[in-house]
Amino acid sequence: MNPAHPRPSNASRRNLIQTAGFGVLSLVALFTVVPILLILITIFAQGLPAISWEFLTAFPTDGMRAGGVFPAILGTVYLTFFTTLLAVPLGIAAAVYLSEYAPDNLWTRIIRIAIINLAGIPSIVYGLFGLGIFVIFFKFGTSILAASFTLAIMTLPTIISTAEEALRAVPQSFRVVSISLGATQWQTIRHIVLGQSLPGILTGVILGLERAAGETAPILLTGAAFYLPALPTSPMDATMALPYHLYVISTQVPGMPVQVQYGTAVVLLILVLSLNLLTTIIRSRARARRQW
Amino acid sequence: MPKRAQTWLETLITAVIKTSGYSAILFVAVIFIFLMREGLPTLAEVPLGDLFSSRWYPIEDYYGLLPLIGGSLLVTLGSALVAVPFGVGTAIFIAEIAPRWAREILKPFIEIMAGIPSVVLGFLGMVAIAPRLRILLDIPTGLTALAGALLLGGISIPTIVSVAEDALDSVPRSYRDAALALGATRWQTIWKVTLPAARTGVITAIMLGLGRAIGETMTVMMVTGNAPVLPRSLAAIISPIRTMTATIAAEMGEVAVGSTHYHVLFFIGITLFIISLVVNLIASSVIFRQRKRAERILS
Repeated sequence: MNPAHPRPSNASRRNLIQTAGFGVLSLVALFTVVPILLILITIFAQGLPAISWEFLTAFPTDGMRAGGVFPAILGTVYLTFFTTLLAVPLGIAAAVYLSEYAPDNLWTRIIRIAIINLAGIPSIVYGLFGLGIFVIFFKFGTSILAASFTLAIMTLPTIISTAEEALRAVPQSFRVVSISLGATQWQTIRHIVLGQSLPGILTGVILGLERAAGETAPILLTGAAFYLPALPTSPMDATMALPYHLYVISTQVPGMPVQVQYGTAVVLLILVLSLNLLTTIIRSRARARRQW
Repeated sequence: MPKRAQTWLETLITAVIKTSGYSAILFVAVIFIFLMREGLPTLAEVPLGDLFSSRWYPIEDYYGLLPLIGGSLLVTLGSALVAVPFGVGTAIFIAEIAPRWAREILKPFIEIMAGIPSVVLGFLGMVAIAPRLRILLDIPTGLTALAGALLLGGISIPTIVSVAEDALDSVPRSYRDAALALGATRWQTIWKVTLPAARTGVITAIMLGLGRAIGETMTVMMVTGNAPVLPRSLAAIISPIRTMTATIAAEMGEVAVGSTHYHVLFFIGITLFIISLVVNLIASSVIFRQRKRAERILS
């Protein structure tokens, strides 16, 4: 293969090292993937048999040891809905600012650093903050509203960075043409840029919601209830929620049947992973349809 | 007439968008202010020496933070031993070695791991991992720092893989071509050229991964046994511990608003906030520097 090389033994040694090295790295990757697969298989294999129509639509009974998880599912839907309502307009507007308006100066850098920091703050610290400001200072009490505000601020960085990336991917020429035809900057953004980047923005929104739906620590202190005999009737009520419910039945209820725990885990996992799957579908469809 | 209405609308919308853009700064500031407001009274209520003692027993007014800090550090360092080799190794595999089809499968798959809620991992740790560790190591309980470290390792791997893989991927093609043209094998190119070129990005990836681990709450609360004991040696890895995050989550529900215990829990929150601030400031300065350098190379 390498006739010009003076020391073939050295070359073969190098090739041997390369083969061994690649082998080790392949094993490392395998050992990273297999546990993830095992986690998914375990939860689905143990949890799916627990799911029935009753499990999804009934209230918990017998001290949560039997019955269903309906109030927790509904609570998570409520929380995710209000979080969307609060975070999405703000997040997209912030992304539009960073992509379309922001000058390249110190303030813009500070905004970016602030976003990176928001993304890194531990979820329990968001919980503390939400408790301090929304529950106590603004007197929302432990409520869906307080929890949704907390989750909204937590998901904001995800939405902003993904949406900004999508906006930036729209070719500059689209904007130039629109402006040259007499459109204002806002008209250009609204009719051209936002439309073209919609799939990317949606991906960001869903990724943010995925995070909001699965989080426990922030709602633990701001809006989640251990057990409620009735469904919440207004955003000022506390609510049960799937992640917190799983925590409660795993740690706080003695004699809990493991079936119900796995069932709850699988419902939560399906909810979150289907959001994940949705982003993948949106992305691949958008790529196929893209006009540039 | 429409022209005038339009400029008016345009100004309004631009103002709204600009305000939204600046909101991130506002939120970081407000979070900091509220943590300080509720947490700083600690310094007036608890002598500094007591805070740095090794006994956490709030019912009798012992507020020593060392066991909690020690617990967080032990679990985080333990998770690093898992996450760094596997995370960086997988990133190298994906960026440099894997064929295209494997890359297309691996990347979304590891993203799935990032999407699994931490409470689900905590639950699985309790029912599936801790009992096995107990039998395997012949210890009284499997709910230990080790169980926490293993799971946190798993939680930080997706962060490390995705950031490190980006860093490796952004090393210019020409660097690799030059090394290969000089007769280096692909393996030598990876170790001597690509990895050193992506060094800062890989270090950032590790920092962000560990930052994620130290802030993780639900998983560690569920699997580490919740015993606020100061870890004094490495053997503590197989005994129960308690982290800063788990302490806040476990105790905040039971304290009276405005009590000393309440203030101390917020004080722990300030500590966590500052840790994440430092980690992310360093990481973002690296990212900005890299972007600048990339622009220089391109121009």
